[in-house]
Order: sequence, then structure tokens, then C-alpha cells
Amino acid sequence: MSFVEYSEFIQEGDVAIIFLGHDSMMPVKVQQGSQTQTRYGVIRHSKDLIGQRFGTKVTCGKGGWVYVLHPTPELWTLNLPHRTQILYTTDIANITMMLELKPASVVCESGTGSGSLSHAILRTIAPTGHLHTVEFHQQRAEKAEEEFREHRVGHLVTVRNQDVCKEGFGVTGVADAVFLDIPSPWEAVQHAKNAMKRQGGRLCSFSPCIEQVQKTCAALADEGFEEISTLEVLLKVHDVRTITLPLPDFGPDRPLETPTDTPVPSNTSVLCKTTTPPREMAGHTGYLTFATKPRV
Amino acid sequence: MADNGDNDSQHRVNEGDYVVLKRGDIYKSVQIQKKKKTVFEKQWFFLDNAVGEFYGTTFEVVTGGTLQPRKPKHVESSADAKEAGTDNRNILDDGKSQKLTRDDIETLKEQGLKGQEIVQQLIENSTTFRDKTEFAQEKYIKKKKKKYENSVTVLKPSCRVLAMMYHSREPGKICHMRYDTLAQMLTLGNIHAGSKVLVFETCAGLVLGAVMERMGGYGSVVQMYPGGGSVRAGVESFGFPSHFHDTLHEFPICHVNALLAGALDTEAKDIDADAGQANGDKSNLTQTDPGKAESKEGSPDKEDQSMETSTSTDPAEDKEREEREKLREIRGQEKKVKMEAKRKKLAAAAAVLEGRNADGLVIASRFHPCPVLLGLIKFLAPSRPFVVYSQYKEPLIECYTKLREQGGAVSLRLTESWIRHYQVLPNRTHPMLLMSGSGGYLLSGTTVATDTPKTGSTRGEEPAAKRLKLTETTEG
Repeated sequence: MSFVEYSEFIQEGDVAIIFLGHDSMMPVKVQQGSQTQTRYGVIRHSKDLIGQRFGTKVTCGKGGWVYVLHPTPELWTLNLPHRTQILYTTDIANITMMLELKPASVVCESGTGSGSLSHAILRTIAPTGHLHTVEFHQQRAEKAEEEFREHRVGHLVTVRNQDVCKEGFGVTGVADAVFLDIPSPWEAVQHAKNAMKRQGGRLCSFSPCIEQVQKTCAALADEGFEEISTLEVLLKVHDVRTITLPLPDFGPDRPLETPTDTPVPSNTSVLCKTTTPPREMAGHTGYLTFATKPRV
Repeated sequence: MADNGDNDSQHRVNEGDYVVLKRGDIYKSVQIQKKKKTVFEKQWFFLDNAVGEFYGTTFEVVTGGTLQPRKPKHVESSADAKEAGTDNRNILDDGKSQKLTRDDIETLKEQGLKGQEIVQQLIENSTTFRDKTEFAQEKYIKKKKKKYENSVTVLKPSCRVLAMMYHSREPGKICHMRYDTLAQMLTLGNIHAGSKVLVFETCAGLVLGAVMERMGGYGSVVQMYPGGGSVRAGVESFGFPSHFHDTLHEFPICHVNALLAGALDTEAKDIDADAGQANGDKSNLTQTDPGKAESKEGSPDKEDQSMETSTSTDPAEDKEREEREKLREIRGQEKKVKMEAKRKKLAAAAAVLEGRNADGLVIASRFHPCPVLLGLIKFLAPSRPFVVYSQYKEPLIECYTKLREQGGAVSLRLTESWIRHYQVLPNRTHPMLLMSGSGGYLLSGTTVATDTPKTGSTRGEEPAAKRLKLTETTEG
């Protein structure tokens, strides 16, 4: 298993995602002799996981069952331990496409945070790209490095514990794309420009507040970036439901006729397959500002 | 790893390249062909001068239709407008403020004035310009620039640019799929280098190209296509290096059932790789009775020719007939070679599919998604994602329902992406006035191993009481 390559069978040291049911999952580190408790009973790694195919149904101690899934960056985003507020798949998908990420891309990112976007980037740029990620919080930087190693993507990423606004990304002239998710992105625009390749590249800045966006757009324009564009994306989920709609009773159809002995059966309700929106939905995550650095 | 001058050639435009022309928010995909007139935004010009320049260069279209690289000075000369008003209470919108007539402007254009200069003329001849507020003046200049500017930027194609282009230019061709929806599909499908992805699309090849871009030439892509041959115009526009096409297979869906049943014999010489041409290519069989037309071209042709040979003894005619026969034979041979190549391709695609271990499935077509999904999902390995796009919601509701009934998939989600663009300017920041109404719907999920028991039902092994409890809580 790795986060950038599929494998068929579960092995020692893998990260697997246990699927318990609707919207309920948990990550496990597969180890010989280990056990994982679930509401359906215990899962014994050696017997139930190692050597099994990803996607199989595993029967737990109490008789219930779960599915064991191969990890993907999307599943990781939903299950990773939060050390900071994270980016979710909806934003990540748009960032990936708008930054034109693909295999061999070299990307600079700050802040690393909990590594949600980092994993998605690594998946997309593998096997020949590289991610330079900067995190100013020492413990978070270390934890991220540890996780990348465990997830077998360490060779594709370099974590640097420094302040991107003061010291930049640690590399110059190599990046096809730069991503900023920091409190004051306008302070890092020049560093971003320096980190990017001479022939140009794409930049993205993610900010929750419009004031940050305004300052960042102004800084980008000052530094000669083009195609500056700000947008936001949201995901609407449609819950598929079968609903029952009762029918009104307006009385017998033919009131002037003499009633017959046999009663006419009437449908009292109709079943309808439709979707309903959830009661509440994510209304805002952040504004995404994209720009292109032209060739110098 | 720093950028060096040696790599520059790959960043320059070459003849034959597929590029995307851009002006403002308008994009157009074209192929660079010297001496060929290209039309873009009501202007005709030649792309010859783009060859050898760097990608991303902006050109001015000068009279005569040639491109001239624009100097990057790009001065925003709006600072010249020193005089401005405070509000519009005294400005009358009577259509008489601009003193230049349409003909005047045409004359200026013919004289070869650049866009910037025409805008300057318009400002000077506007009676109300100096009464406008600074913001209104900026807006006016922006609007006039957009109308009279002459510039074209030559971009390297990418999924981002092509998806936006198709959505604004020809949405009907891509089932009205908006670019953010496509972005979701690529990510939810975990499309990445080294995997094996199945694609069924009728989006002019845009989706296929997007998948191929994310695969980077690694792994394999199988394009499943409905009758009539695979459409790949969109793929060309991406300008992939030729080795990318080595990883691309195609397979006609008319053979899916046979393949699943293990009844597809790809060794058979008469296998029909082109689903849309049920009787094989008719071009060589025009003289034969269509009723007897078989896909074994070589022999029937020859036999028919010899049967047609008349018994005339005119030597000139004989010679002509000989030559005609020779030609037919050659064509017959070529045809055979082509059919054999097609058969080989089909066999290769079938081999890729047979293992039923594909890593991803992407569906985006005008066909009803339900049967497509249920048919193709059988080729996926367990614990792999699939994504189905539909312009409409109801067909996906059906897919969802059927999948829940038959099992084999978890985390089913019916979603719709919503996007909004913003204008960000000092004191004038707000969402754009128009936004896209809809970008289509997605059904996504992950496959799991199905309970296909080899001997008896696994269900029966569990105690009845526990089974009841589980069906309550496990909503799979």
C-alpha cells in the first residue's frame, strides 16, 4: 500500500481505512499481533487483515462486519487527525485542476498543517514530481514528516520547519505551482515568485476572509502576476430518499351514482423517489485566489 | 533542479502544436499551421509568427493579419485621468456623449491605430468622461479595452483551460459539464499515474484527455465507447506527447457482455472491432453482392473478380483489367493488414479488462448512466472509486437506488458543485453579477467485495438475531 499506488493485499505496516457504515470510518495502522476495537467487535490484524484483499468484508468479534478499504487521499482527508483546520476534497479538487498539477509537477506549499492537501498533491505529482512543504510550527512539521514516511511517500516530499514569509520555501526557480494557506499570504507573494520556475507557473492562495483576499490580490498585481481570479466552491449533497405523500380524499368519484356493494379500493398515499438536501450545509470554507506568473 | 536555458525549447511554440488562444475570458483551441488563416473573436490572422515564441506570449494582431509580440511594458495609464466627478447625479445617459461615430472609429481602425490608442481617442471625445467618478472611469476604460483590444495570448493546453473553453464555447458537446465538476471527478476518482482507469464518455474527448493528463503517460486508460467509433477530438487538443497514446486502449461496449461471459474470442479473424460498421468496411466490397459480404475480405474479393472477368479478347482491355485486379489485390491486402491491427488492438484492450481489476471508472455521457454503470462496474477491483456524471439528477437517483439494492458499493454520494467568482478591487469587491446555473451532478462511491459465495451463502452463517441488529445499523 501507498498513498500514491494501489496494491491488492493488506500488509504489515499499511494504513487501512475501516468502513463501519454510513459516514463512519476510521484509519488503522496494520501491525502483526495488534487488535482494533470497533462497535461490531474486535478486529485481529494478523488474522483478519494481513493477507486479505483490500475491499473485503471482515467479520468482527461480536459477529458484525466492516469493510477494509485501501487508503486514498480523499479517505485520508475524512479520517486524518486534525492538528489544524483542514482543506476538504471539494476545495482540493479545484486547487488541483486550477494549478494544473500532474505527474512531474514541482509544488511549493505553506502551511503544511495537518497534511490534507499535501497527500492529495503527492498523489497527483507522483512518481516524478516533488512537494516542498513549509510549516512554521515545529511539532506539526515533525508529525507531518512522520506521516509521509508511514504512508510511503517520503521520497516525494521535503518538509521544512521555517516561516515562509521571512525565509521563503527553501528553494528557488523550481516550482510549477505554489499554494498558500497562511494568515498573511501577501507577505509571501515575493517568495512565491522566487520559488517558481523562470518560465512561469500557477499560484493559489486560500483565505477565509475577504480582507485577506483583497490584500493578496493587490500584492499579486504589484508583483506582476496575471489572470488573477478569485472564486469559491461549495458542495451540495443530495440525500436520496423514498418519501411517502398521502393523497387527499375528496369523496367518491361519482357521487350521483348509486353506490355499489363492492367498495372501490383507493390508494391513500404515493411513494416518490427523490432527493432532499441536508438540513444544514457547509456555507463557506475560504476564498480561492488563483494567478499566473508570466515568464520572466 | 533549477530551471536552465537548455529546457527552453520545450517551452516554445512549434508548428503543428495544439495551442489555446486567449483574449480575456475567451478561449479557443487551434493547431498551429503556417499560412493558414485562423479566426478568433471576429478577427482573422495567421499564427506563423507565434512559432518559435514562448508559450504564454501575448501578441497584437496588426493589419494584414499577422501577429506581433507585445512589449511587456503594460502600463496601466488610467492614472492619466486626473479629473473625476463624485457621483452620477448630473450625468445624462442620452447616447450623445460620445462624439466619434461608428464610421470614425472604423476609420481609426483602418488607419492601423492600436487598441490602446482607440480607447484614448474615445476618452478624449467623450463629453461625460471627466464627470464620471474614478471608479466609473476605470470601468469605462476596461469596457472599451475589452471591445477594441487586439491582443491574443498563446497558451499551452491544459485540462483547466480546455475545460473552461468547452464549457463556455460548446457546453452541449460536453453534456454541460462545468469545469469544477470535472475537477471533482478527477479527484474523487483518484486518477493518478500508474493506475488502470476505464472511461466512458461522450464529452468530445475532454474527460478522456483530462484523465490522461493526470496519468502522465503512466498506467493505462481504456476508453469504452458506444457504436460508431471513439470520438477523440478533445484529446488531440491536449497536445500530449505521442508516447501517451501507447497507454490508451479502446473497447467497444457491444462486446462487453461477451467479454464478461468469457465468450469473446479475440483470435477469431472475423471479429469486428468497429461496432458501428457491422458489415466491415464496404469500400472494397462494392462489386460484390452485399448479401454474401463476409468479413473475410481477401478471398471473396479475388473470387468475385475472377467471376467477373469477361471473356473478351481485346488486349488493351485485358491489360486494364489486369491492372485493376492488381490494385484490388493491393487494397485487399492493405485492408487485411488494417483489420488485423484492429483485431490486435481489441485483443489488447480485452486483455486489460479481463482481469476485472481496474482501479477507477469514470462515466460522463448522454447515455442513461444506470445501465452503463452497472455494466462497467463489474470490471473494477474491490476498494476502488467510481464517478458518474449526469447533466440531470434523476438518472443518478436510479443509479444510487439500484446500487444499494445489488450491493458491492459503499459511500455512495449524489453531489452537485456550486461555484461563484468574485471581482476583487479596492472598495469594489463583490461576487460577479452572473453566475453559472448548474454544472451537472455526480454520483461517487467505492467498490467493495461482493458476497458472491463459492459454496452456499455467507449470510446464512450468521446467527439470525445478530443479522437483524446489523441491518438496522449498517447502512453500508
